Amino acid sequence: MIEVKLFAYFRENRGKVVFVDYYEGIKVKDIVSDLNIELDDVSIILVNGRHQTLETILNDGQKLFLFPPVGGG
Amino acid sequence: MNCYNGKILRINLTSQQISVEDLDLDLAKKYIGGRGLGTKMLMDEIDINVDPLSADNKIIYIAGPLSGTKVSTGTRYMVVTKSPLNNFIASSNSGGIWGSMLKYAGYDAIIVEGRADKPVYLDIEDDQVVIKDASSLWTKTSEETVDILKKDQKNVSVLNIGPAGENLSLMAAVMNDTDRAAGRSGVGAVMGSKNLKAIVVKTNNDKIPTFDEEEFKKVAIESAKMLKDHPVTGGGLPTYGTAVLVNIINSVGSLPTKNWQESEYDKADDVSGETMADTVLVRNGYCHHCTIGCGRVVKMDDKIIGGPEYETLWGFSADADINDLDAIVRANYWCNEMGLDTISTSSTLAAAMELYQRGYITDEDCDGVPLQFGNSEAIIEWVKRIGRGHNDLAKLLAQGSYRLCEHYGVPEYSMSVKKLEIPAYDARGIQGIGLNYATSNRGGCHVRGYTISPEILGAPVQVDRLVTDGKAELVKTFQDLTAAIDSLGLCLFTSFALGADEYAAIYSAATGQKITGAELLEMGDRIYNLERLFNQRAGMTPEEDTLPERLLKDAIKMENEASGGMVSRLDIMLPEYYQARGWVSGFPTEDTLKRLGII
Repeated sequence: MIEVKLFAYFRENRGKVVFVDYYEGIKVKDIVSDLNIELDDVSIILVNGRHQTLETILNDGQKLFLFPPVGGG
Repeated sequence: MNCYNGKILRINLTSQQISVEDLDLDLAKKYIGGRGLGTKMLMDEIDINVDPLSADNKIIYIAGPLSGTKVSTGTRYMVVTKSPLNNFIASSNSGGIWGSMLKYAGYDAIIVEGRADKPVYLDIEDDQVVIKDASSLWTKTSEETVDILKKDQKNVSVLNIGPAGENLSLMAAVMNDTDRAAGRSGVGAVMGSKNLKAIVVKTNNDKIPTFDEEEFKKVAIESAKMLKDHPVTGGGLPTYGTAVLVNIINSVGSLPTKNWQESEYDKADDVSGETMADTVLVRNGYCHHCTIGCGRVVKMDDKIIGGPEYETLWGFSADADINDLDAIVRANYWCNEMGLDTISTSSTLAAAMELYQRGYITDEDCDGVPLQFGNSEAIIEWVKRIGRGHNDLAKLLAQGSYRLCEHYGVPEYSMSVKKLEIPAYDARGIQGIGLNYATSNRGGCHVRGYTISPEILGAPVQVDRLVTDGKAELVKTFQDLTAAIDSLGLCLFTSFALGADEYAAIYSAATGQKITGAELLEMGDRIYNLERLFNQRAGMTPEEDTLPERLLKDAIKMENEASGGMVSRLDIMLPEYYQARGWVSGFPTEDTLKRLGII
């Protein structure tokens, strides 16, 4: 199982947290596509708090956080 | 040069003398305006060893060449003075509309010197300038002051201090347009020390002629389009404001919690930008000429008011262990009303809460409102108490966290650099921002070199937040570009979408002084070095380029999955940074100063 936390407008109609079944070789982009999020809309990808990319292969039990482009200061 | 009025208004409050002088345009070519030119003018004007709260200190309100022009965000101004908090350079930046109005009224800067013998305010309507009695305004809050001085007039903007500035709090801000603040370094106390309550600017003019109107219109439209098309300035910032960072920074295990004793806050989402958008948010707010609209307009009871920024949310939530958004909105409101900087005030309250936790501050000191982590009543009541100087503890808190913690013999609990509180981003989990904090000329500040963009947000490119490699050059570049933007009169947020070349094109079309992006960065480098020279002459020591001990020695707890085990490796980055700057032992060499044309 992979816990996926969504932020900003990714939460609309999807909620804050989604659990995804793990399978060997599952990549970040597979989950993003299954959630009907455009790949280009994903700006920050964190796996267990570390920056990763759409191509990152996930391990069972990891936490994936997805953010659209946002800024501040 | 176009976009400069070429005029400085000088007000001597001791002699009540008012004069108008020519701006030195050769200096403007070197130091642009705003932060850069203001620093140069201050250095030339004051004895560097002056007591900041004496009549001999001066306070300069200065716009940039692009303030008041129609380029997006062209409105900002700087308050430049010698800081009473740390004796170093203070230059605090604000949006709103006051900076544009100063330009429209016919001035680039106002220099205020001396001290009035009773409360006064300045009433400026174009070339009519009058020093007026402010006795009836003294003790009024910021909003009350603005309402009284604006009456029902149009085309008027009121810069002012609240009770905190009157009471010489070293966290006092200079306010304008009710909820905009030139917040940091205690600039409000300098105004208060001069018995100057407000500066009213009224004018019906609204034009700043540019050098090449056609070209300027073209680059202004292009830059507005770039801001609109960029996902951050066209999407993330207008939709969620800066508050969207609460969840992101917490997700990388770098949201300082309980006065930085921890770096993760389990209730962060309760006070996030997303929660704000779903609850208290009414609409987004815009400064003059801004096309981004990052401001939050929120509801408090039946009142529509300015809402908290990310750093304010952090300071009153995670840092104080409070997840009550309504209380935070109120604490932010009362900071604005009292004229208090929200970063320094919230951080000082968090430091006080740690002192209470450790038994240094007692219930007796707290007069019925315990300064206890998690007590939402405390952040509201103590903001008012600090502003009004309620009791001995409130008066001590008003001096900022460094003096507070030093009073109890434990300055290490003050999370500050050069006595200025550092905000919202843990320097252990984000290495570059720690180097920026340590080397910021005004002290602990995130907006002098906002490396959060590349280290967390991936803009313009993602860099590894946990390593030290390359951070020296990164910090220097961000600091130099920021110094130039702050001097132009634009908002730092434009830099998510615009680069040095775009700023240079806008400046060139506006002023007629043709420069490249590389030359603009060199101007920023010059300004940064000038500020450092100010600090050196004012008595700064190299040891003050450091971070609180907690960040250098106490590793983030291992249960923090994202950043556990990390400390700041300032020891590695600082020598690399000095080398990149051409500094030895923290200060520019003669060669560096000559190369940049400073001496």
